[in-house]
Amino acid sequence: MFKILKYSFYDLIRSRWTYSYGGFYLLFTLSLLWLSNDLSKVVISLMNVVLLLCPLIATMFGVMVYYNSREFTELLLAQPVRRTSIFLGQYLGVAGSLSASWVIGVGMPFALYGVFGSPQAANFLMLLFVGVVLSFVFSAIAFFIALKNENRIKGFGLAILAWLFFAVIYDGLLLLSLSMLTEYPLEKFSLIASVLNPIDLSRILILLKLDVSALMGFTGAVFRKFLGTGLGMVVAFAVLLLWVVGPVVGIKRVAERKDF
Amino acid sequence: MFRWIFISTLMLAGQAVLSANTLRVCKSCPVSSIKAAIQQARPCDTVFVETGIYKEGNILIDKELTLIGRGQPVLDGEGKTEIVTIAANHVHFEGFVLRNVGTSYSEDRAGIRLKEVSDFYVKGNRVENAFFGIYLQKSKNGTIDGNEVVGEAKDEVSSGNAIHLWYCDNILIINNKTIGHRDGIYLEFVNFSTVQGNYSERNVRYGLHFMFSNDDVYRGNTFHDNGAGVAVMYSRRIGMFSNYFEKNWGPAAYGLLLKEIHDGQIEGNTFQENTVGIFAETSNRIVYSKNQFIQNGWALKISGGCQTNNLTQNNFIGNSFDLAVHSAGTDNKFDGNFWSDYAGYDLDKNGIGDVPHRPMKLFSFVVSKTPESLVLLRSLFVDILNFSEKVSPIFTPENVVDNAPLMKVVEPDR
Repeated sequence: MFKILKYSFYDLIRSRWTYSYGGFYLLFTLSLLWLSNDLSKVVISLMNVVLLLCPLIATMFGVMVYYNSREFTELLLAQPVRRTSIFLGQYLGVAGSLSASWVIGVGMPFALYGVFGSPQAANFLMLLFVGVVLSFVFSAIAFFIALKNENRIKGFGLAILAWLFFAVIYDGLLLLSLSMLTEYPLEKFSLIASVLNPIDLSRILILLKLDVSALMGFTGAVFRKFLGTGLGMVVAFAVLLLWVVGPVVGIKRVAERKDF
Repeated sequence: MFRWIFISTLMLAGQAVLSANTLRVCKSCPVSSIKAAIQQARPCDTVFVETGIYKEGNILIDKELTLIGRGQPVLDGEGKTEIVTIAANHVHFEGFVLRNVGTSYSEDRAGIRLKEVSDFYVKGNRVENAFFGIYLQKSKNGTIDGNEVVGEAKDEVSSGNAIHLWYCDNILIINNKTIGHRDGIYLEFVNFSTVQGNYSERNVRYGLHFMFSNDDVYRGNTFHDNGAGVAVMYSRRIGMFSNYFEKNWGPAAYGLLLKEIHDGQIEGNTFQENTVGIFAETSNRIVYSKNQFIQNGWALKISGGCQTNNLTQNNFIGNSFDLAVHSAGTDNKFDGNFWSDYAGYDLDKNGIGDVPHRPMKLFSFVVSKTPESLVLLRSLFVDILNFSEKVSPIFTPENVVDNAPLMKVVEPDR
């Protein structure tokens, strides 16, 4: 598995896409820092980017890599290698290279501006962490969808739909249900509903770190009470971990049974 | 023994006559109690009280006297009584530490009470662990200057106000520090008074509280981390200038709460990092100008029944929500402010944006209907929602619009 991971990782790390992806973050972060010079504001701007772009790119990349390396995969399948290790290796290669571009692209400019040692360090680390987790989650989902669908168009479509669902539709449905059920006490419901969506959960984790939470009044207090405590954090991280493990288990199961 | 007392009293009396009008009180002095000194003193005398702890229960000042504490003498109420009661005009009371006024549910005990007096001057005292700190009733023409009132209030019921005014006229409250009481400064039926340069922190209810008070001004005060910064209720013609409202955080925390206020003026204040900067309810004909709203949850919430308010030359910078207006069809004006999230342009370079700005976002409207939807703050869906509403407004009130948004931050006058 590690050999395949290594091949896949090196292959991707050398590809133009990874470079341009990392380069984009590098340029973007640099220009933001150059324009505003205020680390906390840049962290907020980047939050919007990480929540939108990391999942989107991870989804696209995951599907693309799977379909493009199909011949290589078939070649590998003819060898005495376990199936799970082939696919998991490929998946980890994709997720790893995406995370590496993200961490390097965003991390270098911040390190240059001296984020470590500033009070923003914790917020920044949370941002990096969230970006990595989202990359892992969404490339796993993408891999899973691609494995399930032989038809490339269908695979792409479904993957994009999955991204759209978590990024936009889910929030729309949540807002709709909240405004329809406004007569009822909804704090717990909104808490649970937003913890279940990895993008929402990441957003709230960053917002809480940036202390915008203190401005959220009554509802914010509920969140702070839950996610501000050790238990809440453990739950949040557990949910994020589940979002990685779930699709990976799916990949494994599909890969073992699939007929090539 | 008795003869000795008789002689010393005679001597003392002689001394009082000779030194005209000063008296000294200390532990080893001929006069060792403040009560005795007040009794012996004649109007217009000065009493100097030296360092020490005086446990004399309630001290009544019923003559025109100047009382000055030297080296911060402590008057200890031992949690049982009110400490100083001033019941004469022209009293000057300075430099004391008043400690331990017991909580009472049947009477309003205070560290210093001024009872139906005028022309007083209370300066540089420190009141610790008191129920009420400084209590003025039916008094006028006086100054409360540079006092420090520090308590450890836990809830509204069992605590009193640091500086409490009731039926007073023409009072100057200046440079005081009020910490950890129910209200920092409380004014009820107080007219033509000035509250200036005070500092309020960690008061359970409000930093400064007006009730039924007219024609007052408060200027250059700082309100930090109180239940709510300032509450102005049922009052007319209040001027609020150059105050700082910061970090008033919590479920029901406001920088400034206005309730039934008419003809007020709010100018040059700074509202920074409050849950709600200003919350206005049934408040009419108020001019908001040259205020800074920086990084508040809501900069300004205007609920129903607010009419003919004018908002101009303010800066709105980095607030989660700039404006929430609850009722449509009012004639409030929002022209000529700077909004940090204004996205228009200025082709003729006159400093005024060419496209009107709608400061009330759709999401702000949604949150006011369903507070829980705040969970979705800063999500992509909400951004899309706000954008589409901006392009063609349907839900947000039509007339909440800045027709002349400024392109640059308004520089403060200072």
